[in-house]
Amino acid sequence: MKINPNLPISFSPMHRLQWEEAQNRDVILYPEGMVELNHSSAEILKLCDGKRTIEQIIYELHRKFSTTGLEKDITHFLEIALQNGWIKQP
Amino acid sequence: MAGSNNLRITPPRWLLAELTYKCPLQCPYCSNPLDYAAHSNELSTEDWKRVLTQARKMGAVQLGLSGGEPLTRLDLEEIVHHAKQLGYYSNLITSGYGLSEGRIEALKEAGLDHIQISIQASSEDLSDHLAGTKSFENKKKVAHLVKKYGYPMVLCVVIHRENIHQMADILAMAEELGADYLELANTQYYGWAHVNRDALLPTKEQFAEAEAIAQAFKEKIAGKMKIYYVVPDFYEGRPKACMNGWGTTFLTIAPDGVALPCHSARELPGLDCPNVNDFSIEEIWTNSKAFNFFRGFEWMQEPCRSCDEKEKDFGGCRCQAYLLSGDMYATDPVCSKSSQRHLIEDAITSAKNTALSDNEKPLIFRNSKNSKLF
Ligand code: SF4
Ligand code: SF4
Repeated sequence: MKINPNLPISFSPMHRLQWEEAQNRDVILYPEGMVELNHSSAEILKLCDGKRTIEQIIYELHRKFSTTGLEKDITHFLEIALQNGWIKQP
Repeated sequence: MAGSNNLRITPPRWLLAELTYKCPLQCPYCSNPLDYAAHSNELSTEDWKRVLTQARKMGAVQLGLSGGEPLTRLDLEEIVHHAKQLGYYSNLITSGYGLSEGRIEALKEAGLDHIQISIQASSEDLSDHLAGTKSFENKKKVAHLVKKYGYPMVLCVVIHRENIHQMADILAMAEELGADYLELANTQYYGWAHVNRDALLPTKEQFAEAEAIAQAFKEKIAGKMKIYYVVPDFYEGRPKACMNGWGTTFLTIAPDGVALPCHSARELPGLDCPNVNDFSIEEIWTNSKAFNFFRGFEWMQEPCRSCDEKEKDFGGCRCQAYLLSGDMYATDPVCSKSSQRHLIEDAITSAKNTALSDNEKPLIFRNSKNSKLF
């Protein structure tokens, strides 16, 4: 599934993103299931606030980690997230 | 003791709280123990809160509230509220029968995350017959209310010979009710389903047909509804990886406080399953005989012991091995490498013969009267 560059991305209200102290990582919780996230995936999802578009998310992450060139990785992950229903676009 | 203590023990992730064995319905495939009526003591609200707190501290994060029918516990909202404060993701696993709008709202306020409703069939007469109670229309109404209050909804339908011909209608019903997830759970033959197996086990042809219908629908509905298909392992060549490995992930607490490594473990002899009234969750998980019994691979017999697939399926289900072969250490007879695979073939033949004969055995419904017979 492709991300529409013109629309904002929000985290799905049917899922919950939560820090798990016992696992020392963020996880996605949903009916009878759990996905363990690595640090960068969690940082991407936290920016899916229903206001930012993909371009703004990429900009924000580049700024936050003082780096560039993450476009491909971020887009790829967001496509997977959309496919899995973790994120939504209006 | 079969297991050993010096393995690396992973913390529980899933706490399944069986709040009660009480249930207004009488499904003949219920996974509760046959003699459930003999275990009528129930933990108090404070006991459950303590259990939730202790398990959460160890790392449990998914909480299943089931039974029996968890709605019969009037302190359900209080337990849900406590779970919310602890950071659990709480799943209510209910028949839905008798769930009022007021209670759906109160549970939402208390912090419940998701509701799973089970419907027995896609037609009213069959569904009511299987439930042993007139409940179909009420459940459908409840399903709509669950959506109205914004819960993710899982619709669960247990599949067996009495309803497998309705597969197409079951899928349409799930779509009509707006289910986010549909769990098509082929009956697992424990508890009541074990005694009713001749009447419940479908033929291989029936399975294949139903699965093809479900598969085609799955592609059609992708993106709108997720379908979980619980495979009928009698028709597979390998057993399920039961409980994701014994004592690795799942912790079940029965209504009377007995802690179980799997919900059928009560039926296994000599496990001495501990009670939360006597020990903390940490002591139970780490040190108890029951939770260490089948941890790791030491307990295994051949062919599992030297099999290169043992880390994939852990030798299959201990309860199934015991129920079918009488030996809880045996390779799950479902496995084609088992010397006892004929037990599965016998069960399949026996069910087929029952289906073909005119005097089909009546179903034994799950109720207290029948429970006292076991
Ligand atoms: S399977 Fe049926 S009888 Fe058993 S607890 Fe669930 S609803 Fe009640
Ligand atoms: S022999 Fe045992 S470990 Fe090997 S595949 Fe069969 S059940 Fe699994």
